[in-house]
Amino acid sequence: MKKRKERIDRGIKVRSSDIFALLSWREMLYLATPRILPVIVCLSLPLLLDPYWQKVLLSVAVVALLAISWDILAQTGMVSLGQALFFGVGAYCSGVMNHYWGLSPVLTIPIASLLGGLICTLMLLPVLRLRGIYFSMVTLIIPLILVRIVEATKIFGGTEGLSGMTPLPSKWFELYLIMAVLLVVLFGFRRMLDSDYGLVLKGINDNDRSVINAGINIYWFKAQSLFFAGAIGAFCGAFMTHVYMFVGMPVFALDYSILPIAAAVVGGPGTLAGATFGAFILVPMSEALRGFGGLRIVLYGVFLVVFIVALPEGIFHYIQRKYHQFERWVEVDK
Amino acid sequence: MLVGTTLYALINTAILALMAIGFNLTFGISGVANFAYGAFYVFAAYGIWGMLNLLHIPYLLAVLIAVLANVLMGALIYRFVLLRVRGQALSEVIATFGIGLAILELFSYFGWVGFEYTLPVFMDRSFIIAGTYVDFQRLAILVFSTVLISGLWWFTHHTSIGLAFRGIAQDERTALTFGIDSDWIATLSVSFGAGVAALAALFIIPLGSIAPGEGYDVLIKALAVCIIGGLGSTGGVIAASFIVGFAERFTDTYIGSHWTMIVSLAAILLVLTIKPSGLFGKQKELEERI
Repeated sequence: MKKRKERIDRGIKVRSSDIFALLSWREMLYLATPRILPVIVCLSLPLLLDPYWQKVLLSVAVVALLAISWDILAQTGMVSLGQALFFGVGAYCSGVMNHYWGLSPVLTIPIASLLGGLICTLMLLPVLRLRGIYFSMVTLIIPLILVRIVEATKIFGGTEGLSGMTPLPSKWFELYLIMAVLLVVLFGFRRMLDSDYGLVLKGINDNDRSVINAGINIYWFKAQSLFFAGAIGAFCGAFMTHVYMFVGMPVFALDYSILPIAAAVVGGPGTLAGATFGAFILVPMSEALRGFGGLRIVLYGVFLVVFIVALPEGIFHYIQRKYHQFERWVEVDK
Repeated sequence: MLVGTTLYALINTAILALMAIGFNLTFGISGVANFAYGAFYVFAAYGIWGMLNLLHIPYLLAVLIAVLANVLMGALIYRFVLLRVRGQALSEVIATFGIGLAILELFSYFGWVGFEYTLPVFMDRSFIIAGTYVDFQRLAILVFSTVLISGLWWFTHHTSIGLAFRGIAQDERTALTFGIDSDWIATLSVSFGAGVAALAALFIIPLGSIAPGEGYDVLIKALAVCIIGGLGSTGGVIAASFIVGFAERFTDTYIGSHWTMIVSLAAILLVLTIKPSGLFGKQKELEERI
């Protein structure tokens, strides 16, 4: 007797995908929970945690933002292996503006986000035509080369870096600024990707040639997506510059490239929420594993492999499926 | 000085080619991404070191065991990890990179770093060639690298397994219709690459010492040579090793050691931007860009 697994949408999903959702509290709650829960979590966590875990929360949010930026690019068909490029460029932009010209963080962070996005877009413009793994390799190499250039030419403080940045007004300002940005970016870009505009971006990933056939200039759209991703990454860099009050070569470190990818892979690529979810799992886990010292990264590597092999869809998709559908074993028809 | 620099550039070329040849066999020729290559290299080096210094096994036996262990590990990684994500280039890269990360960081956790962690040289002698001191080990690398590359060229052009390696990279489905078991061939290509990594470690490590960081270095250099030379081309490996090898040594001598890495990275960037399939790459030219 052979059996197969059958997946069927839950009744409540079917009912609430219609106007009838307004008829019962239960259905409204079913619709609203996935949207409101992250907002509540993000806004209440800073109040509940002790100072040490508040610092961890900052890096969770930064990794989440970088993972979202990775996911936006990936959904446009550009798999980046170098989020550190965006992060680093943003960090140096705000660092230079603050250190040499004395601009306040209120100005440097927004300017550095936009400027950093623009610089990254211009840097990657010549390779927009590359596909697949070739584009990934270029993005992997550019941060490596920028580090060496900073080291060799000794610009912007060289190996020492620039220190003594103006800190942000208060701890609460830091926490709520990054949480607010995370929520806005998460919901805003999710909405954008669901619109017609986002459809074009996703189309480029699915089949770039047929998007060209439709008379759409895919390079222009790719450049825009690159700018969004670059600006988000640059914001993270600019923000962390003012939190650490330091900018230097570590901003181009491999960590900033690998962690967001790991977060997106574990959380589930293809939905920005998955990437965020992954960051909220991975970063605290890696913090909890700090006691293992060097073994932490070993476990990290193993974790990554296990997820890629065993659960390639990611945790978020798994949860989403359980939320919307139920499963049962049925006999295979002869 | 020019003659000396040229000689050392030549040796650098041989070292690069030796580092890259295993990676090229796996990634360049048969198209299976194995980004744990650097970890294999370091694993073999520590393996031989451990067998010599901790277990006191004779040198040749230790080498044999290390090479076989690498071959076996390559096959196991293919069977249990790569096979499941085959065809999805990014997943292959992430999975193998994760394995490499785990292996290398495990060794850094052990903290086996220092001058005592090195392999013995073959013969402790040096010669004076055109007024420059060259030790025996570097000459051995030059010879072995030449032999290995010619051997590889012969292997991929004149043996059925070698032709199958190239076949699965060019078109896996067509290869299947010719009775090539692509999974088996891909397993072989990963394990051969791992075996060659062990041999490369055996020759190159005596020049310095073993460190987990070497793994990342070897991977980047192998990647550089592979990309510049072009996928699917043995000649490309030679040409790219010459370009990177000479460029590195000459910038080191005439500009400054800070710039050596920049030169090779810039070379990769340039080649990727202009001709992603590499200088001599013939495969996948249609798929590389749009």
